[in-house]
Amino acid sequence: MISELKHSPLEAAHVALNARLVPFAGWNMPVQYSSIITEHTAVRTACGIFDISHMGQFFVSGPVTLLNRLLTNDLAKLGPGQGQYTLMLNENGGVIDDLIAYRTGENSFFLVVNASMIEADYAWMTEHLDPQVKLVNQSDQWAGMAIQGPLAAAVFAKVFPSETLPPRNGILFTHDGTIVCRTGYTGEDGFEFFCLNHEGIACWEKFLAAGAAPCGLGARDSLRLEMGYPLNGNDLSPTRTPIEAGLGFFCDLTKGEFIGREALARQKEEGPAMKLTAIRYLEKGAPPRAHYPVVSATGEVIGELASGVLSPSLMTGIGMAYLPAEFSKIGTNLNIEVRGKLCPAEVVKKPFYKPSH
Amino acid sequence: MNTPTDLLYASSHEWVRLVGDIATVGISDHAQAELTDVVFVELPTVGRAVDAGDPTAVVESVKAASDIYAPVSGEIVEVNPDVENDPSLVNTDPYGRGWIFKLKVKNAADVSSLHDAAAYEALIS
Repeated sequence: MISELKHSPLEAAHVALNARLVPFAGWNMPVQYSSIITEHTAVRTACGIFDISHMGQFFVSGPVTLLNRLLTNDLAKLGPGQGQYTLMLNENGGVIDDLIAYRTGENSFFLVVNASMIEADYAWMTEHLDPQVKLVNQSDQWAGMAIQGPLAAAVFAKVFPSETLPPRNGILFTHDGTIVCRTGYTGEDGFEFFCLNHEGIACWEKFLAAGAAPCGLGARDSLRLEMGYPLNGNDLSPTRTPIEAGLGFFCDLTKGEFIGREALARQKEEGPAMKLTAIRYLEKGAPPRAHYPVVSATGEVIGELASGVLSPSLMTGIGMAYLPAEFSKIGTNLNIEVRGKLCPAEVVKKPFYKPSH
Repeated sequence: MNTPTDLLYASSHEWVRLVGDIATVGISDHAQAELTDVVFVELPTVGRAVDAGDPTAVVESVKAASDIYAPVSGEIVEVNPDVENDPSLVNTDPYGRGWIFKLKVKNAADVSSLHDAAAYEALIS
């Protein structure tokens, strides 16, 4: 499918920092610079910066009702400058992608989509959007970085002394043509920043000089999993619905017709048979990882981990798995099987970790 | 990279300190740097017989689990409980407190298949 790796406009900066680069979603991306635990801690206690240039940027113009038909959350509730987490579904209610949609004007929208899904999302949207809606994929033109942590706002103020950070989920187009979105994937305060490719390295260096520590995809994954945030491809798939994934809050079944709505309404009424369940080790054990079997208290294999990690904040194993609903109640005792050994665990409430802000 | 000259090395990045017929085994400085933060070590059972090349222990970072192979054939005679309690010893003191297991060497001739420090450094450079 993807024969050649794509290169981030920030790659030279990563190489200069001795980052370890690995293929991710078709891109050659930094997995870590110093150590995943150090980088993870930097985001939880100070400020980290991630290269997110691989993520996709779509600009859409047209009536809100038409774009709303392809997304689960209600775009019409947003005023200009506001954004929301939302999902794009197939007719069966399965997840094509999860994304953040910003309303940038009465009839204009900015979407940030997953790297692995840029082509598929674009194809799906082109096929299903009313032809009067204009969709432009500018993913190849924008460098992106996520600045995250309790000191992110201070870093912003140093780099942009004459700009004001938008409120949570808000978007700002700065005077020099860059885009600032008050969002992230770590649970900490912070923002995502987009600029044209050729400005990328200069901007990256400004954020570093203002105190952000470079962080790779390894820490990005452990940070998002501590929050119970799903990763498309691991925790979301075309055969799982947002109801099963515990994302019903982001699906407005009353806003009017959208692709997948009927399937969601039916499932909501019947109750989902499977639920994406948060699982935490009860004692010390080998780090849980994706695809490890989940075993019931009576020894029956009831599923497998969609994601798993040794949480650097909690220093214990955490993971998420689609399990039959009867096993998804908080406090249910389970085991994670690691190389034939059972590690005792229990179902817990998300998030696994609560940021201090 | 630190590669002490009094040790022998396997191509799979274990080091061996041979005293009589007892081989103490750990992973090289190069290997620990590649693995980064070690967060878990799974030790073998004392008494287990292993052949050279058998997966014998597991060292895990946040990102991945890596097998540690028996550099020579023999029987596990001791394991290091300290790395179970504090896996980061594998990073901070790979040739000292970060040792992983000791085995009683079955065939002294096996040792000749291991590299000296110079050969191992050539292998990883």
